[in-house]
Amino acid sequence: MVRFLSRRIVSMILAIFVVITLTFFLMNLVPGGPFNTEKLSPKAAAILENKYGLNQPLLKQYTDYLGDLLRGDLGVSIKKVGYTVNELIAEKFPVSASVGGIAICIAVILGIPAGVIAAMKRNTVIDRIIMFICTLGVSVPSFIVATLLLYVFGIKLAILPTMRLNSAASYIMPAVALSLSPLCYITRLTRSSMMEAMEQDYIKTAQAKGLSRLTVIGKHALRNSVIPVITYLGPLTAAILTGGFVVENIFSIPGLGKYFVESISNRDYPMIMGTTIFFALLLLVLNFIVDLLYKVVDPRIKY
Amino acid sequence: MKMNSDNFDKTLTKILKYTKPFSIRLAPDDMLSVPPEERQSDVTLRPPSTYWKDVFRRFSRNKVAIVSLIVIILIALFAFVGPYFSPYNYAQQIRGSERLSPCFAHPFGTDALGRDMLVRVMIGTRLSLTIGVFCAAIVLLVGSIYGAISGYYGGMTDNIMMRIADVIYSLPTVLVIIILQISLDQPLRELFPNSRLGTSVISIFIAFALVYWVDMARMVRSQVLLLKQNEYVTAAKAMGASDTRIISRHLIPNSIATITVSALFQVPTAIFLEAFLSFLGLGPSAPMASLGSLASSALSGIQSYPYQLFFPALFICLLVLAFNQFGDGLRDAIDPRMKN
Repeated sequence: MVRFLSRRIVSMILAIFVVITLTFFLMNLVPGGPFNTEKLSPKAAAILENKYGLNQPLLKQYTDYLGDLLRGDLGVSIKKVGYTVNELIAEKFPVSASVGGIAICIAVILGIPAGVIAAMKRNTVIDRIIMFICTLGVSVPSFIVATLLLYVFGIKLAILPTMRLNSAASYIMPAVALSLSPLCYITRLTRSSMMEAMEQDYIKTAQAKGLSRLTVIGKHALRNSVIPVITYLGPLTAAILTGGFVVENIFSIPGLGKYFVESISNRDYPMIMGTTIFFALLLLVLNFIVDLLYKVVDPRIKY
Repeated sequence: MKMNSDNFDKTLTKILKYTKPFSIRLAPDDMLSVPPEERQSDVTLRPPSTYWKDVFRRFSRNKVAIVSLIVIILIALFAFVGPYFSPYNYAQQIRGSERLSPCFAHPFGTDALGRDMLVRVMIGTRLSLTIGVFCAAIVLLVGSIYGAISGYYGGMTDNIMMRIADVIYSLPTVLVIIILQISLDQPLRELFPNSRLGTSVISIFIAFALVYWVDMARMVRSQVLLLKQNEYVTAAKAMGASDTRIISRHLIPNSIATITVSALFQVPTAIFLEAFLSFLGLGPSAPMASLGSLASSALSGIQSYPYQLFFPALFICLLVLAFNQFGDGLRDAIDPRMKN
């Protein structure tokens, strides 16, 4: 356990370091600084470069940036004047997190029961229908789901709000669009591990003891088949996060994903770097927690 | 145990009584030809099956997989041959026929600049397919070389190589690709000034070569760990074969089936990713189009021209679905034990 933990932590820190270094040097590889596009006099550009420390040698800029990061300072946004990257993240991330959180809940709360039902009704019409929808669901990119939802429910039927997050109803479409493909994935995962679990001897024992079907499924089979779903929680968060880039744009949600895409298109380098590092950190820490959780849920797992 | 001579003589006479040593007893019956009923057992009921014949037989029983393969072939024909039969060019802007709904002259309609959508969808499918296949090939190449080296040498080499793979595995890949794409845009444009594909496609390839091979490498490594215990590897070693030869001639060919299947699953992943990046505005530069960039440019006019989104979206879904089902079918055919 200690060996596993230390290995995991070292690998996590290394990954964070790689992300920071990669981001920093790649961003600096881009020819032409952020002030080349605007019509600035050379003098004004020099003043700005001095202000943001862009005239320092690259290595100095790098160590400065690392030092700032250690203090938790992600720098200043170049395009959104007067805002620090920290402020922007603090303002916009909660919006993304609320939509993403709902989407994760939908995926888990609907996906596991759907998978269990499919496994119990194996090779029946119900199973076929669920599996058909799920196969389709993982083959459709989230931006197409989002656009279709927008077109059907927002424009044609006009029963759901299409923009921003003003009411509870406006959370429905973005959350559904985000959760569809993870939901389908979880269903398939649960179904196959549930079918495997039902073959085990302890299920036969439980049935032979005369336990009710509900107890056998809920208490014995489900507990064991939920483990693969837990390992999927890490990639799930990543999927919801990157899906957010697209879905937030389509529904004009003022979240961090939308802002990240905007800062890509107007080349706001500190913002891109800051957000990337923030997202990377979030994902790495979450993956780490999932790994620990995995161990707690299944004590048989030894590292 | 010592056998006394008296006992030995008794045993010998017993043996001689029941057998006739040094003689062959022939009956006249033995000279007759074999009756037809008996000859039946010598007939080979079916030709001996080889590994690949077995795979093909199992595969051809799987209807879904066959249909998927046909769909893939049809889409590939549509994308690679189709444009030659179209009277229009993907970049050609027809004045006066902007934003047409699907009609006889333009079955998929036209876009805001008067370009024929049918030929643009063909070109877009071609680009998306190319990206998918190339990315799978890149992953196959990098992953199998890395995994094979790591698994074959083992020990410290393996340990270090796998720790590096761990770190790369935990990187958030989509973010890394976005960063790569933004920053490689300008340098690549200078390197390939005449590339019709645009820099975004090249940077997707680079990104795949850098971050997406880890799963493949892990799989190849575990295969190699299993295979290198085999006698034929020892035999090759004894005959003085070099490590390179053993890896390339024995280990990789023996795990090629499993490797190919998992490379096949990279195709839809790459198509998906390209569509996603195009949607974020990191797609191929105009007038080149991919399915993702077509879908993304249709979004602004979704209210009035939904068909502009419909066709590219349909082709993305068909491609991804077909490749996933085909991959599933092939995996089941190659290794029936892997089924569920």
